[in-house]
Amino acid sequence: MTVESTAAARKPRRSSGTKRAGVKRTPQPKATEPQLVQLLTPEGERVQNDEYDGYVADITPETLRGLYRDMVLTRRFDAEATSLQRQGELGLWASLLGQEAAQIGSGRALNDDDYVFPTYREHGVAWCRGVDPTNLLGMFRGVNHGGWDPKTNNFHLYTIVIGSQTLHATGYAMGVAKDGADSAVIAYFGDGASSQGDVAEAFTFSAVYNAPVVFFCQNNQWAISEPTEKQMRVPLYQRAQGFGFPGVRVDGNDVLACLAVTRAALERARSGEGPMLVEAFTYRMGAHTTSDDPTKYRADEERAAWEAKDPILRLRAYLERESTADEAFFAALEEESEALGKRVREAVRAMPDPDHLAIFEHVYADGHALVDEERAQFAAYQASFADAGMGTGTGSGTGFEGSAEEGK
Amino acid sequence: MAVTKLPLAKAINESLRVALDTDPKVLIMGEDVGKLGGVFRVTDGLQKDFGEDRVIDTPLAESGIVGTAIGLALRGYRPVVEIQFDGFVFPAYDQIVTQLAKMHARALGKIKMPVVVRIPYGGGIGAVEHHSESPEALFAHVAGLKIVSPSTSADAYWMMQQAIQSDDPVIFFEPKRRYWDKSEVDTEAIPGPLHKARVTRTGTDLTLAAYGPMVKVCLEAADAAAEEGKSVEVLDLRSVSPIDFDTIQTSVEKTRRLVVVHEAPVFFGSGAEIAARITERSFYHLEAPVLRVGGFHAPYPPARLEEEYLPGLDRVLDAVDRSLAY
Repeated sequence: MTVESTAAARKPRRSSGTKRAGVKRTPQPKATEPQLVQLLTPEGERVQNDEYDGYVADITPETLRGLYRDMVLTRRFDAEATSLQRQGELGLWASLLGQEAAQIGSGRALNDDDYVFPTYREHGVAWCRGVDPTNLLGMFRGVNHGGWDPKTNNFHLYTIVIGSQTLHATGYAMGVAKDGADSAVIAYFGDGASSQGDVAEAFTFSAVYNAPVVFFCQNNQWAISEPTEKQMRVPLYQRAQGFGFPGVRVDGNDVLACLAVTRAALERARSGEGPMLVEAFTYRMGAHTTSDDPTKYRADEERAAWEAKDPILRLRAYLERESTADEAFFAALEEESEALGKRVREAVRAMPDPDHLAIFEHVYADGHALVDEERAQFAAYQASFADAGMGTGTGSGTGFEGSAEEGK
Repeated sequence: MAVTKLPLAKAINESLRVALDTDPKVLIMGEDVGKLGGVFRVTDGLQKDFGEDRVIDTPLAESGIVGTAIGLALRGYRPVVEIQFDGFVFPAYDQIVTQLAKMHARALGKIKMPVVVRIPYGGGIGAVEHHSESPEALFAHVAGLKIVSPSTSADAYWMMQQAIQSDDPVIFFEPKRRYWDKSEVDTEAIPGPLHKARVTRTGTDLTLAAYGPMVKVCLEAADAAAEEGKSVEVLDLRSVSPIDFDTIQTSVEKTRRLVVVHEAPVFFGSGAEIAARITERSFYHLEAPVLRVGGFHAPYPPARLEEEYLPGLDRVLDAVDRSLAY
């Protein structure tokens, strides 16, 4: 089954008698009025959807438990990182709290040979790609600018400049098409990024070259303190139509729907039908980063309303309703969560500072006379302190550490 | 016949042809580079011979051109992108500075960025606004980029191939007002290192250092000075990042005087960097402060005024006289 049209993709069809969900919500700006694909209601009831049910027909109770485990462990990791920032172990943290379903659902839709271009908040997608979560913390601790080899997991480094990576994804996808490969590329970005020129240019290039790229926008309602009405006047997913490819809005707190819709979009890309925009309508429950104070710009009631749609509670309700998971499963997972938290905590504290001369490493692939000169001067300067017994570099961390297998 | 006389633009064209022919991963990208062959015809005929998949006409979006080139490089391609004119590079400046320049370092060396950004630059062709600028210092200030500018057809031919083979991003500034100047190219020569300066004319009284479009002006100035009995050495720097300070130092310690000439504004320009470093290296050899000749701290003027703005023979000779007067 493929996505036949924008219109078809954005109109969830439900069988009669099923509880209609996801329409009546907290008042939102008109541009963000939800009209979204949903397979699980906030109460954890399965909703039929003719367009997308086929994409999750293979989901077994075991897979569902796996998705639940992914979300719980990602949230636990995220909470640990937030705590570590509060304890002064990290300089900054960008929490994904509330966006677990969007990230795990889309991340688990990917094949190994698909390639991911994340922002700086895709901790759940990184988990799905097998990047060890401790490797995500190096840049936030300040020991590197990205602690993993992108080619190992087909997961590019986090990109800080908003929207830049959507062009990298498009170019990479153009290369995939040139190579005749049948893999796809996925670019993550946020609602704020949709205002950036680079995102518009990425849409243009991907459409013109029919590049196999899925644009996965997590509309978490806030770009730091700016609400979506400061970014757009029409629903975000509709923007794709003007560029000549389909867009669909999915309930971003529904892991099953995110999985189904992303699978559809990836399948479309792999089969040569070009790009697609997926808008995962979700909510950032925490701050933009730990430097931010959301109490200054948004109401408590808003967060409370979204907490009722929590992606983890929703899947748990479904698992319990269907008797898919028992108490032993939840207890074991709780234990696994705590172990992960402990491992992350210890790994961060043990993370060495890089050697001082690392400043000069990898500035150029082929070397540069000025860098060589400055390295030599700085090394001599440092050595003058070593003679006085003050030492030089304190660590030997390469920045690429830890197992790549952990998240699998 | 390995030696032919070619206009500089045609030498680049031939060089791109060789690169496309030699390495299937090389791609040409830009606005109008295909059927039209570029607004200066530098890519003329390449799409016809290598196809639309190798010589890619792009949407009119500079950030998109560089940003997608980055993605293609990540996939293993070696894109050579054309920015149509100097003043149009700024929409792509973000991608060049925040992404292209830093990708290798961010990945601790695990990924390479073999992207060449071709920019026809400089004035003297009577163009409208944004078509005559020399922004090389803005790029030289950014670690992770390499910046070169040829002044002869032979250099254009060989430096382009070396830039494409480099695993680092190279900003390739093409002196557009020299595009039609013909000089000899030996396509079987063994080229020197990409970032080494060349002594173009030897002399004993003063060193003129320039690159790209200003090398010709400096050679003319040296000829004129010779008629007055002054022996002027001319250096073609060829590379703005890195700069071959060793060659400049050797020359200055012989002549004891240095004048740096470029079209870009003098303020915070490459001449300032050269003056500072040469003063550090050769302070006791200098008989005069290092002088600079270049553009003013003003927007590039309308074409009817560009001859006043651009360093010409007289302004260079005036600086030579001022230096010798110390």
